[in-house]
Amino acid sequence: MTVASASGNDTAENRPVPEGHVRLTIDGIEVDAPKGELVIRTAERLGIVVPRFCDHPLLDPAGACRQCLVEIEVNGKPMPKPAASCTMAVADGMVVRTQQTSAVADKAQQGVMELLLINHPLDCPICDKGGECPLQNQALKHGRADSRFVDKKRTFAKPVSISSQILLDRERCVLCQRCTRFSKQIAGDPFIELLERGALQQIGTGEQQPFQSYFSGNTIQICPVGALTSAAYRFRSRPFDLVSTPGVCEHCSAGCSQRTDWRRGKVMRRLAGDDPEVNEEWNCDKGRFAFRYATAADRFTRPLVRDRDSGRLRETSWTEALRVAADGLLSARDSGGVGVLPGGRLTREDAYAYGKFARVALRTNDVDHRARPHSTEELDFLGAAVVGTGPDAGVTYAGIESAPTVLCVAFEPEEESPIVFLRLRKAARNEGTRIHHLGQWGSPGVEKTTEIADAGSPIHSGELLRCLPGEEAAVLSELPEEVERELREPGSVLLLGERCAQIPGLYSAAMRVAERTGASPAWIPRRAGERGAVEAGTLPTLLPNGRPVSDSVVRADVERQWGMDEGGIPGLPGKELEGILAATESGELSGLLVGGVDPDDLPDPEQAGRALRAADFVVSLELRPSGVTERADVVLPVAPTVEKSGTFLNWEGRAREFEITIEGTGALPDCRVLDTLAVEMDVDLFTQTPAAVAGELARLGPNPGARPKPPDVPAARPGSPGEGRALLATWRHLLDNGSLQAEEPNLAGTARPPVARISAGTARRLGLAADQAVRVSTAHGELTLESEVVEMPDDVVWLPGNSGSARPNRVLGAGHGSVVDIAAGPVSPSRTAPSGADEVAGAENPAGAADREGTVSALAHAHRANGNGPEHGGVNGSGPAGAGRADTDGGGA
Amino acid sequence: MGMTDPLKGFGVTLSKMFKTVLTEEYPEVKKIPAPRFHGKHQLNRHPDGLEKCVGCELCAWACPADAIFVEGGTNTEDERYSPGERYGFDYQINYLRCIGCGLCIEACPTRALTMTNEYETADDDRRNLIYTKEDLLAPLLPGMEQPPHDMRLGEDEQDYYVNGPELARQQGVPSDTTVETGGEEAVR
Repeated sequence: MTVASASGNDTAENRPVPEGHVRLTIDGIEVDAPKGELVIRTAERLGIVVPRFCDHPLLDPAGACRQCLVEIEVNGKPMPKPAASCTMAVADGMVVRTQQTSAVADKAQQGVMELLLINHPLDCPICDKGGECPLQNQALKHGRADSRFVDKKRTFAKPVSISSQILLDRERCVLCQRCTRFSKQIAGDPFIELLERGALQQIGTGEQQPFQSYFSGNTIQICPVGALTSAAYRFRSRPFDLVSTPGVCEHCSAGCSQRTDWRRGKVMRRLAGDDPEVNEEWNCDKGRFAFRYATAADRFTRPLVRDRDSGRLRETSWTEALRVAADGLLSARDSGGVGVLPGGRLTREDAYAYGKFARVALRTNDVDHRARPHSTEELDFLGAAVVGTGPDAGVTYAGIESAPTVLCVAFEPEEESPIVFLRLRKAARNEGTRIHHLGQWGSPGVEKTTEIADAGSPIHSGELLRCLPGEEAAVLSELPEEVERELREPGSVLLLGERCAQIPGLYSAAMRVAERTGASPAWIPRRAGERGAVEAGTLPTLLPNGRPVSDSVVRADVERQWGMDEGGIPGLPGKELEGILAATESGELSGLLVGGVDPDDLPDPEQAGRALRAADFVVSLELRPSGVTERADVVLPVAPTVEKSGTFLNWEGRAREFEITIEGTGALPDCRVLDTLAVEMDVDLFTQTPAAVAGELARLGPNPGARPKPPDVPAARPGSPGEGRALLATWRHLLDNGSLQAEEPNLAGTARPPVARISAGTARRLGLAADQAVRVSTAHGELTLESEVVEMPDDVVWLPGNSGSARPNRVLGAGHGSVVDIAAGPVSPSRTAPSGADEVAGAENPAGAADREGTVSALAHAHRANGNGPEHGGVNGSGPAGAGRADTDGGGA
Repeated sequence: MGMTDPLKGFGVTLSKMFKTVLTEEYPEVKKIPAPRFHGKHQLNRHPDGLEKCVGCELCAWACPADAIFVEGGTNTEDERYSPGERYGFDYQINYLRCIGCGLCIEACPTRALTMTNEYETADDDRRNLIYTKEDLLAPLLPGMEQPPHDMRLGEDEQDYYVNGPELARQQGVPSDTTVETGGEEAVR
């Protein structure tokens, strides 16, 4: 049959084989395949599905499960035994017979399946994978109906917590090694490995090293059996009872596509979506597991108004709340003005409504979404180099992958944008991209992108350019010869993190480097909404679509399109966030309209508190109580991401649209609330729905005028901090106290412990013993943390930005580059003592989801095994698992 | 109309008087349905009182009328409702929807769900017709103990499944009754 169809097709025989391709026959079908393609993929293109477990297109071939056996004939000679099609590359003249045409291949596959099932427990009814399990499906399709195995199955204790989130069920494992290969090759966290030999071979972790990876959730998704499950989702539902809705992650600016599985109006789990241009098939644990903030018990469901007599907030109707808010805002507008702080977690549509509300209803440019340390230089940079760029012209994920050199400037990819980190690793591993970092110390993210350990011989892909905090701009201005030369290669990329705003002159220096070398700069903010908000015009200098506020022609055009009187939009740029707060504090502004902003995220939380107290009238649009709520006169509830539609722009400027996942909850998006509020103030915004806003944004069109000039701020060089003092370096961990990570005790268990890092020289000068804590203090307050000596410049201390008690901006009133006092702290109990960790594990699981799931004992076990895990020396003793607190990082509004 | 027609009518009545009466004396006299009649569901127990349901939701999946809702939960050492790791945390059957087809019974992997001969499920309030786990659980027979409690009949769940019938007899279930329907008898 093979011969007949191959020779009977004259045209196919005469057709030349394309360049770089080979011609082979699979199941009697002639096919041209690119050289090096694996037989299993070529077959798949023909629609012939060969069963497999270990094979994954994004992982290196392993040939571990042997399920994909096929009969192969090369040069007319059949191979002596069936071969694994997932490791065999195509060759010219190869003849492949899969299970569809070969009884030998079929029998071999059935035999492998029988062997795989010998020790596999029959617990499909209680297994989380049951119903979507490749083993289940393929056993039904390619397995035998009966088992000949009559002995007792091998059993293991189950399940084992390999981290506070990931549970391992070794009985179910078919040793395909997808999880270990993912962790080694993709994430660079080889904490999970094959142990033992023979029938006892199993997946496991080191005794003192749990599976503390930011990407551990992906192993659950790619596990072809139910061997890896998450504590958060375990036993919560079965796949066949879930509704799957595509969505976009609301956490960071990576813009991962994802799948949200929900039932009965509640999200049960989230999975990584498949988008080759953005997140491929991966996401980070924060995106995967942090979603229960939306169902937290303290979420606002009805508007609140502050009662005049009692001074307390009371629930009320929308009608009353909107009337009170409108009256208050109108009188505040007329008595001094109102500042607008939308926060950095909005969709583009919601941000647009805030920007338009500020200009049209409040007649001001005092609007700034940057709820974090920021600078005027950053504002100029955004207007000059970021707004209006998109994936067609600017830097993209694919651009990172193909770049010869990438320089990360004040950007911590693993902590701030994990998917960018994965791409950097992929680029370094597969494409030989050089990846340099400009920072203080070799954090895990830096190490994993500069030293690729798993790829045959280790790859040294780049350098860390160490500098003092605050010195980045000066170092960037005088890059080492070699880095400068590498950046000149076409396609090179500069990645700028949001920390750049804290370093005077850094954006200017980066623009000069970009101009000098031709490297393309890309701005990667930490929050999902920041990029879209820049485009939507929630900055004091920018109207929507990057139109500068100071350009009178452009301004007049916007006024016309918005149906305003001429001169309706003030011609002077507004105040930035700190300026708005200072003006409110001094009484210059009398009102504030605040979106998803938490005062604790701001550069000076105390100033924010004073401003909120000083303001005559504060309106808060929020999801859950925050630091603004206690000062707000009106609180209007808004919808979380799953209950609204909209668009996030990721750092590339790529529009990531999403629809409503859970309908009919009655929660309103910010744009709708603001529209109604504006109507109450006798102004029309026309932002009733996100779709209406998107239409209006498109009609508004791009900026017809010139781009503003890039900033030109001289690079600063910090002086010596002096005796007993140090320069503070700080950035945030991916998993921290953020309020969008509330109600996720299992996720919090995988957060990195808050540790103060200093150099060996600094430790010596302080006379610090190995297990001694460090006390960092300012006039404002003090912080005591466990210390860790790393290679970094002397007289620098690094603190996590918002982990446990380590909240430098709140406690010390200090940021990146500030001078702090540093001294040796008390000797802490030995780090291997488990007692502290257990306390954390127990304390952080009060009747939460984990309790009901019964993983508390497992959790405690995980922490016990985690010797260097979640210990801390925090003064107020809240561990890394303290993410249950709703005190920081926006409200997701 | 003929003269004899009224008489014909009486004739019909008269002839019926000598035939078997079809009238049911319900509810004074209740009809016993056939042994395999599909009546109200029951969630069975192991001989020590632990629940057989593992919360796998296969009954809900099999249900063509979407009448069943199940949510699983995890047993802990302190709070155990079933042998093994998982139990049915929430279990609801909506009798407004149930069509009595019995596919759920066939789907159940642990024989936790069976149907009784109880057919009186009418009510005048729709809300009462959503039966919850408390309504559906089989009554405790002698030897059974209200969960949560430890596994009394073996080290792990395998002992319950492999030795189930034997254990049941040891616990006093008569040898001529099947273990699964032990509770059914109690209902009747």
